[in-house]
Amino acid sequence: MTVQEGLILAKAETTQPRRPARGRPRFGLGSWMLPVYSGLALVFLLIPIAYTFAFSFNDSVKSNIVWRGFTFDKWLNVCDKAEVCEAFGNSLIIGIIATVCATVLGTMIAIALVRYRFRFRSAISLLLFLPMATPEVVLGAGLAAEFLSAGVEKGLVTIIIAHIMFCVSFVVVTVKARVSTLDPALEEAGRDLYGSPNQVFWRITFPLLLPGIIAAALLSFALSFDDFIITNFNAGTTDTFPKYIYISAARGIPAEANVIASAVFILAIVLVLTSQISSAMRRKRQERVG
Amino acid sequence: MAFGAFATGTAQEQAPRRKSKIALILLLPGILYLALFFLVPLVSLVITSFQQPIPNGDIGEYQTAFRWENYTDAISLYGEHILRSFFYAILATIFALLFSYPLAYFIGVKARRWPLLQNLMLVLVIAPFFISFLLRTLAWKSILSDESIVITGLKALALMAPDAHFTGTASAVIFGLTYNFIPFMTLPLYATLERLDTRLLEAGGDLYARPAVTFFKVTVPLSMSGIVSGVLLTFIPAAGDYINAGRDFLGGTGTAMMGNVIESNFLVTLNYPAAASLSIILMAVILVMVVVYVKRSGTEDLL
Repeated sequence: MTVQEGLILAKAETTQPRRPARGRPRFGLGSWMLPVYSGLALVFLLIPIAYTFAFSFNDSVKSNIVWRGFTFDKWLNVCDKAEVCEAFGNSLIIGIIATVCATVLGTMIAIALVRYRFRFRSAISLLLFLPMATPEVVLGAGLAAEFLSAGVEKGLVTIIIAHIMFCVSFVVVTVKARVSTLDPALEEAGRDLYGSPNQVFWRITFPLLLPGIIAAALLSFALSFDDFIITNFNAGTTDTFPKYIYISAARGIPAEANVIASAVFILAIVLVLTSQISSAMRRKRQERVG
Repeated sequence: MAFGAFATGTAQEQAPRRKSKIALILLLPGILYLALFFLVPLVSLVITSFQQPIPNGDIGEYQTAFRWENYTDAISLYGEHILRSFFYAILATIFALLFSYPLAYFIGVKARRWPLLQNLMLVLVIAPFFISFLLRTLAWKSILSDESIVITGLKALALMAPDAHFTGTASAVIFGLTYNFIPFMTLPLYATLERLDTRLLEAGGDLYARPAVTFFKVTVPLSMSGIVSGVLLTFIPAAGDYINAGRDFLGGTGTAMMGNVIESNFLVTLNYPAAASLSIILMAVILVMVVVYVKRSGTEDLL
């Protein structure tokens, strides 16, 4: 808003002493419709989660479609279905290795992008943006075509390579947001106090970046753990948890898969909630200090 | 979060030009990695898309050539799938936007006074991400199957023809795509609406604008960057998806999308050139649509 516009607005306010009536009555339709809609929308989003959770307690025999009674058996003996557990184990291994590699590579790029100036900056930004804007099926098929022409056997390693590739960009974006909020004066102070570049980085920069790095790592792990499309093109005969579900979808998913998915869900929700609560508490403490 | 990728142009800091050697060391490993496993694959996809079968060779054996007919073949053979993909993806994006806007508005604007409620609602919006994408979709398949309470109920109320099905139809696929990508729409919308200055809405009311006018003249333009990000984040994965349309999931015989065709050509019939040319077509169409859309909505600083 320019100054002139502001003046016009102010004038309008003074020449028209009568404030126009609010468009809607205080307790009209509008005041409760939005909250009710929002509540219902959230319930709708949670329906399949509740279904998956409920059917992890189903006393199913082969397929887990009809409700046959409540049991804890599937939770207690998840690994009776060895394929489910094996696929889950593969997903964990892939997720951890891909997360560590992508987080290291992405954090390095994020620091460079914010802290240094160099040529080809926009080309590098484009290279980081494109994997996020490319449909997964294209990423998966492209990598599979490369492995095919190079004669690489597909398996655990090719899945990990693929996952690092699509996680790096997301790490860069997440960590970059954190780096740009950092006050360069803190590092300046470290250097003024004769800290070596190494000391400044590990004692000042890195601890300050850590929340961003952790967020990026969690995001990478979530992306890797749930990825199916890219994995399917580069997995060969190796099963990951999503791939196992895809293959067994035709003959019915065992309840054990619901157990693992529900357990992962609960773990993730607990992690998110604790991080939210702890950051809220930190904010409160800072408010009290400031 | 990752959604910031599409957010409005971040202010680039005036980083001093110093020690570009360190910058190089920091950048090199990641950039080389992306070059090797993102750019080279795209190039090999282009090369593959022009390959031709080796004469008297086995299934899945191809040699480098310049057979551009692969593209015309793909379009004439799979034109229907190409159109269907974009049709489904556009509808799912529109539905996701209509579903998400009021929700994001409530969380970002109305719930501002209660930060705890705001955070809790955000967690619930992203909660579907924490449970397997495939299981979520299969859950809907069971919930909306012909024997389910929902569908038998609708039929009892005569809201659905007695012999009609939901799963296996185009509506089911569009429903699945909408559901699965709603969080990608809600989060960027929330991120911009959260920063919306509500005094501007009051100003609209003070200037005798009806709430609807204020909404379309003030709120929507101010949240344009969120709408653009949300639309891109929903449309791109929806156009390339092949889970929802799969026969074992929400789709049926006549719902296969481009992703399904690319998958079956690449992994089942080993027709790599067809899969590669379809992938290139998919990517090219998406790039063109994204650029046109971003230009028209006036948020060019996004890219």
